[in-house]
Amino acid sequence: MDKFIYLDNAATTRVLPEVAEAMMPFFTEHYGNASTIYKLGAASKEAMTGARTQIAQLLGAKTEEIYFTAGGSESDNWALKATAEAYAGKGRHIITSKIEHHAILHTCEWLEKHGFEVTYLDVDENGQVRLEDLKAAIRPDTILISIMFANNEIGTIEPIREIGEIAHEKGILFHTDAVQAFGQVPINVDEMHIDMLSASGHKLHGPKGIGVLYIRKGVKIRSFVHGGAQERKRRAGTENIPGIVGLGKAVEIAGRTMEERTAYERELRDYLIDRVLTEIPHSRLNGHRSERLPNNANFCFRFIEGESMLIMLDMAGVCGSSGSACTSGSLDPSHVLLAIGLPHEIAHGSLRLTLSEETTKEDIDYTVDNLKRIIENLRSMSPLYEDFVKKNQ
Amino acid sequence: MYSEKVMDHFQHPRNVGEIENASGVGTVGNAKCGDIMRIYLDIDENQVIRDCKFKTFGCGAAVATSSMATELVIGKTIQEAMEVTNKAVMEALDGLPPVKVHCSLLAEEAIHAALWDYAEKHGIKIEGLEKPKTDISEHEEEEEY
Repeated sequence: MDKFIYLDNAATTRVLPEVAEAMMPFFTEHYGNASTIYKLGAASKEAMTGARTQIAQLLGAKTEEIYFTAGGSESDNWALKATAEAYAGKGRHIITSKIEHHAILHTCEWLEKHGFEVTYLDVDENGQVRLEDLKAAIRPDTILISIMFANNEIGTIEPIREIGEIAHEKGILFHTDAVQAFGQVPINVDEMHIDMLSASGHKLHGPKGIGVLYIRKGVKIRSFVHGGAQERKRRAGTENIPGIVGLGKAVEIAGRTMEERTAYERELRDYLIDRVLTEIPHSRLNGHRSERLPNNANFCFRFIEGESMLIMLDMAGVCGSSGSACTSGSLDPSHVLLAIGLPHEIAHGSLRLTLSEETTKEDIDYTVDNLKRIIENLRSMSPLYEDFVKKNQ
Repeated sequence: MYSEKVMDHFQHPRNVGEIENASGVGTVGNAKCGDIMRIYLDIDENQVIRDCKFKTFGCGAAVATSSMATELVIGKTIQEAMEVTNKAVMEALDGLPPVKVHCSLLAEEAIHAALWDYAEKHGIKIEGLEKPKTDISEHEEEEEY
């Protein structure tokens, strides 16, 4: 069989067989609409409440504070647009960071076009928001702080508890995009003073097309999808019951296995990082060395371009991703890598490898061995490397 | 996303390398945008391109267009090489995705830059050849969302 190693779990994950199995009856057997009165509908409703409870438990939230959406991007859009609208009377200033996902950044840009002011905080060289910058950015008319729990590209975990405390003291709402962190690191919305949190099913071995927005009780938030009375009248539309059931199951497993699983991933990740940094010259690790997602490794390799590297890795059977311009359809490399201070030419040569509990040491060895060969090959073709070698002769 | 020919030239690029004491060398693009191409030409006394080598920093399409461009100009006279346009390179590769068209422009420009270097070194003028731009980038339209 051809080699196949999936190291792009930050992009999406394989649905666990147990999750798919839990979902199946809700397509063909228990297909009832949860809003109906008969028994068939009641089964759907019960399953939905079960999933809601599982998610609430993993977040330390109340069941009725969990709202289902169609995914992380919808949750981010909803949290920002609907709170901006509901609190516009209090103020029109929002604080976020330069390294957020585009679901946040583009929503903020949209809000700017609609009369809101947004401060985009810089981050340090590891990708962390500086608390003093945050404090300095707060104004009397600041209504919302939205900082991601962990970055999707470089894996850096933000000082969420401290940010939550600052927001809480100042009486400002705090939203966090936890799409990458949910199920990977312990989260407690009360201890961390989180008022809203976005999460997604397909990043933790659940299905695609299902997400969550946690909204603390008491937060005024307008309906995002108008229509029926689903989701406490805040998000209309017949519920995606199979998706919800799958998400619930994935969350149950993620919570149960978190400690052991992430310890395993962390060890493997560190092995990968150590091998790459010691065996591949002119390489660097992007993101925080310790405050990072257990499964994330992100590197830059000088003198080469990311897309070429990805295609060659794919030919060797390894799936990874890059912040290179060529993979984004624009000429600019990743905004995250630029925000941590990397020059363009280095940011173009980035590679993100994200592990899962299914990744083995053999997979990592195979990947690093191939990566060494690929980088050597691409450097032998690179005019930048040629210049570098001549200069240092 | 890439044609078989592009993939073939990316996986097995032709004429990678350097030419010592080349008749002309041209480098175009910039690292900021993620592509740099360098073309080396070896031109004989009859103004025929005896050999052509390249080095490229860039995506799959950048490598493939460089490789194809070298194949298209080897054995041609200078004037014939001037006819190797970005369109010719693209056609020879069975097309490129729209976002990668600039790679073929870069290949054409790299050949022109190497020819310009040759012309300057030998004090000759090549008909139709203008001083190459060293930086090629397309300005993409910002989409409303």
